[in-house]
Amino acid sequence: MALHDGHDVLGTLLMRESLDHCVKCTICETFCPVSNVTPLFPGPKYVGPQAERFRVPDEPSPDASLDYCSGCGICTQVCPQGVHIAEINSRARAHLKATHGVPLRDRLLGRPTLAGRLGTPAAPLANWTLRNRLLRLAAEKAIGLHHRAPMPRFAGRTFQRWARGHTPPQAARRVAFFHGCGTNYYEPRLGEMTVALLEHNGVAVDVPKQDCCGLPLQSNGLFDDARGYVHRLAQRLAPFARADVDIVGTSTSCTLMLKREALEILGMEDDADLRAVSARVFDICEYLVGMHERGELKTDFEPVPETVVYHAPCQQQGHGIGKPALDLFALVPELRVVESDATCCGVAGTYGLKREKYDIAMKVGAGLFAQIADAAPDRAVCDSETCRWQIEHATGVRTVHPVELLHRASGL
Amino acid sequence: MSHHDAVVVGTGLAGLTAAVRLAESGARVLVLAKGVGATHLSPGTIDVLGYSPARVERPAEALGALPATHPYSLVGADAVAAAVTWFKERVASGSLAPYASVGDVDANFLLPPAVGVPRPSAVVPETMAAGDLRDGDPVYVVGFRALKDFHPALLADNLGRSGLGVKARATELELVPERRRDVNALGFARALDDPAFRGDVVAQVVTRLAPGERVAFPAVLGIADPHGAWTALEQGLGRPVFEVPTLPPSVPGMRVFALLREALRRAGGSVVLNNVVIGAERAGGRVTALRTRVGLRDERHGADWVVLATGGFASGGLELDSRWSARETALGLPVAGVPGAGEQRFRPGYFDDHPMSRAGVAVDRELRPVDAAGERALENVLVAGATLAGAEPWREKSGDGLSLATGYRAAELVLAASTAVPAAAAGS
Repeated sequence: MALHDGHDVLGTLLMRESLDHCVKCTICETFCPVSNVTPLFPGPKYVGPQAERFRVPDEPSPDASLDYCSGCGICTQVCPQGVHIAEINSRARAHLKATHGVPLRDRLLGRPTLAGRLGTPAAPLANWTLRNRLLRLAAEKAIGLHHRAPMPRFAGRTFQRWARGHTPPQAARRVAFFHGCGTNYYEPRLGEMTVALLEHNGVAVDVPKQDCCGLPLQSNGLFDDARGYVHRLAQRLAPFARADVDIVGTSTSCTLMLKREALEILGMEDDADLRAVSARVFDICEYLVGMHERGELKTDFEPVPETVVYHAPCQQQGHGIGKPALDLFALVPELRVVESDATCCGVAGTYGLKREKYDIAMKVGAGLFAQIADAAPDRAVCDSETCRWQIEHATGVRTVHPVELLHRASGL
Repeated sequence: MSHHDAVVVGTGLAGLTAAVRLAESGARVLVLAKGVGATHLSPGTIDVLGYSPARVERPAEALGALPATHPYSLVGADAVAAAVTWFKERVASGSLAPYASVGDVDANFLLPPAVGVPRPSAVVPETMAAGDLRDGDPVYVVGFRALKDFHPALLADNLGRSGLGVKARATELELVPERRRDVNALGFARALDDPAFRGDVVAQVVTRLAPGERVAFPAVLGIADPHGAWTALEQGLGRPVFEVPTLPPSVPGMRVFALLREALRRAGGSVVLNNVVIGAERAGGRVTALRTRVGLRDERHGADWVVLATGGFASGGLELDSRWSARETALGLPVAGVPGAGEQRFRPGYFDDHPMSRAGVAVDRELRPVDAAGERALENVLVAGATLAGAEPWREKSGDGLSLATGYRAAELVLAASTAVPAAAAGS
């Protein structure tokens, strides 16, 4: 019955009907990072398997508290009965938003490429605007974007532009790089380091033209628009998958979107391109660990005499692959890694940016922030860009992608 | 494909026990599981043997009288005692220290659960021990009106009727953490981690106590600092204080999960959830790799040893279809003890000895699964916990003890037989 029990039960009907497996054990409720810090969200069991029974197509959703779910997906991960709680809630929220209307803010946050395209050529002005307190207060009043919410800096250049000028070396292996919007507009250096690290290990990297994966739109309940983005991205990547070329990504939530969420939440199980891509897409650390298991990874790492706190973000945990970054860090001499056992940093993509949710997100992340403060690390490490920005915002500790450490340890 | 010295399937008490024991001995351990196991639903006690079939006072002695096919008989009473000792050490030296468990296999406590029917239990959290009903002191049961899962008046009434001569009174406090409307046991446990909330509780209760009364609370006395919460109440009230297990989520059960999960993390073991084992690759009577499915991709996990601790019918480790065909879901191991066509499967009374109830995977003395002829089916697979045939945990009150003892024994057997583990570590 469950998605992962070997049967192909993708599809919205069966996804929803997994709620019949709920035995009300409340394990999800004990792990929910949001309901544990605010009474505004009554918890995943309540709004998921329970409230879903009262939701009838074409009738108003009975309970708006569902909108306080951050979509972190931890409930689905811990459920011992295979109920797809987070997926059920995502779908119900889309219905709720379709009924109540989607605010302009959520439409904007759902389209990072729009902001990226507008902000990149005017990066200095855009960055100044995003850090101007008066303008941020005005934005909070006008559209409900919290004035303290962490905002990335436009790099002023795109990774795509760098990639077009980069000639891949001859190599026996080849991957396609799905870099995502964060790398393209805000952290192009991460993309460059990823390419260098893969090439250092004998893998040539293709960088196909690509756009957003649709995850922010999905998170904000705009499913039709999200499907359009997923479909176009899958079309771009499918030729690689069909040619047996693996697709690797540095944005762990965006690779999860292609691997699992678009199929399960958006109900795109009939999209042949997406199915081909899904079976071939890897989180970068998952891919590097696979290379290591096959004896293809150079392990003559240079010492990195630092203490780092590693936080595996919720969406990375949604991959069901453990914490491959820790396996890779174990290969680096002198690197001291403190593993965070906190569940969530709170931001959950765009959730923690919103006026009414910023404080909740900061409370959700409080445990993680305290662990980082206690460890007094040289830096924090996290696979997801929005989580990195949230952690830096809350702790002041520079927070990097695992690739950045591996790039350095490889002497690049 | 990854490769580990041991892959443990399941994150309940049996799986976590095996994983921690193996990892702490130097083995590289991966735990694969569908989700979090039944520790969150259990009272946090180790009930070794409560009924056999009469109520058991001394479990260590009663173990010897069990049938030869019972899992306790297969692992032996010494292994049960060793597992209990190991568990108590793990708790006492764990992430919640000085929180500790007390008791042993020689004698059972007799504790009140939330409805008040006495429950024999061998090893219990320190926070529960003062509830022993063989001690005749009267009990003042304190509840919280906002906690729907615990009814102090029901407990007090039933204690009065238990025939043990324990008098009980009840009260409900109006204290609510964070002005919430709906608070579960975990919400109250978090509140009781806070000294200010403990102080509020003490202030409301201390004036109401009658001479000689001990004080019962729902098992919500702290999740991060249970020892601190319990001792603060004992000191503040000047009386023995004890916890009574609640409906799920069970805070003492969550403490067990947290302790073992943290011990596993410290020992370098990893847990991957949402990974349901859907099959295995085999070679010459051994499993070489387990298969899981994530999204549209099959993943393989290589292992020298496999400990299967996926639970029974309730957890999906075993499945029974409408044609009375039973299967073990991860590896397709034979399920023993299912009554055949025309045979009686269940008896009329709920607590009767049902022929179906001992169905499970049959194993030999070294916990390896055996086929219908009693021949060992797989050399490097060991089965632990509720998946095993031959026990009736709900009648025996033996579920936690079985999971702990067989999980521990499985790890011991792997360590003894393993060449992949450094000899010095294996001997520790």
